[in-house]
Amino acid sequence: MAEFDFQGLTASFNGERVIGPLSFQVHRGDHIGLVGKSGAGKSTLIRLLYDRLEAKAALVPQALGLVNALPVFHNVFMGQLDRHSAWYNAVTLVRPFRKDREAVRLLLEELAIPEKQWAPAASLSGGQRQRVAIARAVYRQAPVLLADEPISALDGPMAQQVMAMLTKHFSTSIVAMHDVDLALAHCTRIIGIQNGQIALDAPASEIAAADIATLY
Amino acid sequence: MLAYPTVRTSFLFLAIALAGLLVADIAITTSNPWQDLGRFFLGVATPNFFSTEGLFTALLRTVAFAFVGVTLGSICGFLLALIYRFLPVRIFCAFIRAIHELFWALIFLQFFGFHPLTGVLAIAIPYAGIFAKVYSEILEQADPEPARLLPPGTHAFAAFLYARIPDCWAQLRTYTAYRLECGLRSSAILGFVGLPTLGFYLEASFSQGQYSDAGAMLILFYVLIATIPLWVRPRLLPAYVVAAPFFLGEGLPIVWGNVKRFFTEDIIPSPIRKGEGLAELSGWMSDLMINEALPGIWNTVVLTQIALVATGILSLLAFPLISNHFGGPVRRTSGHIFLVIARSTPEYILAYILLQLWGPSMLPAVVALALHNGGIIGHLIGRQTNTLQLRPDAPTGFARYSWELVPRVYHSFLAFLFYRWEIIMRETAILGILGIYTLGFYVDSAIQNIRFDRAMVLILITALLNIGIDALGRHIRRKLALQTMPTC
Repeated sequence: MAEFDFQGLTASFNGERVIGPLSFQVHRGDHIGLVGKSGAGKSTLIRLLYDRLEAKAALVPQALGLVNALPVFHNVFMGQLDRHSAWYNAVTLVRPFRKDREAVRLLLEELAIPEKQWAPAASLSGGQRQRVAIARAVYRQAPVLLADEPISALDGPMAQQVMAMLTKHFSTSIVAMHDVDLALAHCTRIIGIQNGQIALDAPASEIAAADIATLY
Repeated sequence: MLAYPTVRTSFLFLAIALAGLLVADIAITTSNPWQDLGRFFLGVATPNFFSTEGLFTALLRTVAFAFVGVTLGSICGFLLALIYRFLPVRIFCAFIRAIHELFWALIFLQFFGFHPLTGVLAIAIPYAGIFAKVYSEILEQADPEPARLLPPGTHAFAAFLYARIPDCWAQLRTYTAYRLECGLRSSAILGFVGLPTLGFYLEASFSQGQYSDAGAMLILFYVLIATIPLWVRPRLLPAYVVAAPFFLGEGLPIVWGNVKRFFTEDIIPSPIRKGEGLAELSGWMSDLMINEALPGIWNTVVLTQIALVATGILSLLAFPLISNHFGGPVRRTSGHIFLVIARSTPEYILAYILLQLWGPSMLPAVVALALHNGGIIGHLIGRQTNTLQLRPDAPTGFARYSWELVPRVYHSFLAFLFYRWEIIMRETAILGILGIYTLGFYVDSAIQNIRFDRAMVLILITALLNIGIDALGRHIRRKLALQTMPTC
């Protein structure tokens, strides 16, 4: 039984169709790697899926959407703003509570940036910023992850570690990425996008990097 | 050259100003203007800081009124900014900021009298209108992405606190600090209508010819403004805000009967008050329009247009003074000092001084407005030229000025100038209180004659004129594709 059934997804930009119409199903436990050359419509598709799923999905957009003036802690804490009362959130802005500090610190440790907890987001490097956006998405504790190139600025071992962490924290995930080997290593299913259409949809175990290369 | 819309617009405004000069009353009427000016500068050079103990009290009151007024204005302005998208709110804010602080003070004086509330509200009300507009513009520029990523169901207040405010915080703070400086100037000139701030003592020393006392006050005022970064610290700010209300002075108690009378009798047009019917009312209105409003509007517009072009010319002449594309550090330092003095002196004080020295005509007003506004724009443009990189073999001297720099900064120069158009008009109207025949003159005379009904109509007309010029300025800026942040 499919957990999510997407039918007739379309998107247009300036009157020009950039996505679809395309349909596919996502099953619980699917970790989908979304591949395809840039401009194929991966980012647009991630947005479309987020609009459909909203409450069920945590999103890591390509631009990350961090609040530069706030410290890392608050950027991560924003993932759970809906779980607390307005006054609790207001107090946290000035003086975070111990249990939240602890929870966020554990996440940052897993991402190897615990020392950055109180640094303003504006002061971080590209790779550190990506990890903060990922921490925020994990902290949100949604069942589904939607991420658009979340590890593009991370080096090899760190990228592996973060991908493993994402599959551990989310039961279902759809991640757009350009690194084919990483996609094959960490995803259970590969969807290839070409000219706004699904050109490839197969379990990761059944395809090789060469199959994906035809998309580019 | 004339193919450029910016150049055509400039020449059009130049022509209007020259035509204005033909009809304007510009003359030096005092018998010995240069000798008076000399005595004044001698006074500034030999300041007497200890003539009256009132001087330091006046300084304290000036700061206190500025802090209370700006704090109140920024809180109300912030709340208004949150609902600024509603048209009635925008119209309300445009209206309250179109009326100058001194006009508000004149209105409140009639029913609150010399109570501190008069000075506080005179600053807080127009500032709330300005804060509302600028804060809402700043808040609009915040990156919308973080708010979109929040979990659905997040309380709107928490979303605002986390995803909106931090992104704008630095800008909100910079603008509020800038407004505090403006508030100090506003507070100082409130003394000219009788509140216990610097203007009051300045007027008193001038009228008695004590130029050394006046010089001491001006110097203290410059020091106060120039040292703002030293004494206005984020940590000290709460202490200032809490303490300021206690240093406003006692003033005189409010007579609530006056308040009631003002609203139920004084400001009702007299034919209605006396029950004389519509025919009388239209006679009253046309008399007011023909004898006061129209001459006032005419003089205000003529003076504004001349002052606007004079401001433009002065800014273009002044910006090389602080530009590091010319001359050495000594000249630049003196250029900085000149521009700091020009822009920190409120136009009203400049006009008052020049009027004392040269006698009543439009000339002191034009010079005062051009000096103050030209100082501000010259400073901003000069700073902008310092960010420009010229090729190593670029020409020097006048060729560098006219071929390399002016063409590069002309767009932002015009943007600042048209932004200040409405401000210049608001100031022009208010300078009438000093005896120049602009709208403020007729407002002030109506108040002197205890005809508040006429004064209110004239203030209303002034506000509408300002709103009109503001809209026209924005239209021209849009048409010429001129953009500027509202921090000048």
